[in-house]
Amino acid sequence: MTYRWNWSVLVTEPYLGWLLSGLTWTLLVAGTAWIVALLIGTGVGILRTLPSRTARALGTVYVEIFRNIPLLLQLFLWYFVIPELLPAEIGRWIKRDLPMPEFWTAALGLGLFTAARIAEQVRAGIEAVGRGQAMAAAASGLSTAQAYRHVLLPIAARNVLPPLTSEFLNIVKNSSLALTIGVLELTGQSRQIESNTFQGIEAFTAATLIYVLLTMLVIAAMRTVERATAIPGILARA
Amino acid sequence: MTAPFPQSRLKGTAMPRTGPETASPIIAIDDLSKAYGSLQVLKNCTTSVARGEVVVVCGPSGSGKSTLIKCVNGLEPFQSGSISVEGLSVGDRKTDLTRLRSRIGMVFQHFELYPHLTVRDNITLAPRHVLRRSRDEAIDKAEALLARVGLADKADRFPGQLSGGQQQRVAIARALAMDPVAMLFDEPTSALDPEMINEVLDVMTELAADGMTMMVVTHEMGFARRVAHRVLFMDGGQILEEAPTAAFFEAPRTDRARSFLSKILQH
Repeated sequence: MTYRWNWSVLVTEPYLGWLLSGLTWTLLVAGTAWIVALLIGTGVGILRTLPSRTARALGTVYVEIFRNIPLLLQLFLWYFVIPELLPAEIGRWIKRDLPMPEFWTAALGLGLFTAARIAEQVRAGIEAVGRGQAMAAAASGLSTAQAYRHVLLPIAARNVLPPLTSEFLNIVKNSSLALTIGVLELTGQSRQIESNTFQGIEAFTAATLIYVLLTMLVIAAMRTVERATAIPGILARA
Repeated sequence: MTAPFPQSRLKGTAMPRTGPETASPIIAIDDLSKAYGSLQVLKNCTTSVARGEVVVVCGPSGSGKSTLIKCVNGLEPFQSGSISVEGLSVGDRKTDLTRLRSRIGMVFQHFELYPHLTVRDNITLAPRHVLRRSRDEAIDKAEALLARVGLADKADRFPGQLSGGQQQRVAIARALAMDPVAMLFDEPTSALDPEMINEVLDVMTELAADGMTMMVVTHEMGFARRVAHRVLFMDGGQILEEAPTAAFFEAPRTDRARSFLSKILQH
């Protein structure tokens, strides 16, 4: 193999700018998706533990739909299929007038998919708190909402931090699928550099290192949260 | 062991057996039955607890004792019969169950303190959010109760930093903070190391002496003998025997109660 190494391409314009722009889009897609996933995932996870049968059924339907379809296919569905099925004006608005439709589709699609996974973790986290705590809260006269607010959720939140870290890492890595619907995020930009300069090894190495750095930052941040919220008198899990 | 009430006027003495008035019961259980699917866990249970009365519920494991007292504050649903607390029907859908529960204190076998809250916050949570007491008022009350159960110096601790006996005393203080009309105890000493049982029983004895209405599921027959006015003996989901304490221990009427007592009192 006669590969002509040229690491300097990474710090040459415009390629450095492309990498940075790719990193920015990766952060935007992953960050937006994370907020969506956390909000909806928490809500759906709570639904799945409520006394109401209807609430639980709703939560189950959401989880089964979003976790049983491949993520890539979900993005294609949101981007290519759903706008055609919606009423004509809305479909047209999405395709023509919505600013950055690829970004919003990728972020929401990824967020809704991850929400199903987070919902399962939140449900397990609440169930792990135990029936005894729920009974104690009820016995003291707290309403269901108050029991969730003051007892079940604060404990469940601590229970789900470790699995939540994995989900956060997944969302960073899965954001690379956004390139399939045209978001030039980090992976997309490094492929762009490869096709312009034929320095594929350098470009993809750079992307790899940036992903690893990002995920290590996520791990460090989540560890900090775990430590800050640890309950005195209970052995830390970490 | 440090006794929480060194000057207890009750030390070693029997409870007066004539306290409770029988006119209007605080808790009235009438023909109560409950089943999980085909498994009948309570069968036609009828009893009542008068104001100021201490009733001990005993019987072998799986006899329905815990289920019975959890029905009293609606923690366990039941299919037939009725329970009323201060005249409010527990099974009635129109009854405000959270309000009814806020009037009855409950102490659990495994304490069930909230692990993420300090002892003080454990005690003030329900008074502040259910009774809408001010923070300061709730804290004053919590600290007075902690002193009463001998844990005045533990307000800032977390449950995980306390021994089992201390946790259970906090749980009693937490229940008392709601100014309950009655207290339910579900095997309050069964999860404790032997050396911690007495510190909890002492608090309960003191509570009984102060006139609290209590329904206590326990295997502590010494406590029952000293403190209870009446004993219910359950087996197979039925109340097999219901008698004044002395009569129950001296002359149990059923064979089942006799053999239970002989097994449990041997040690």
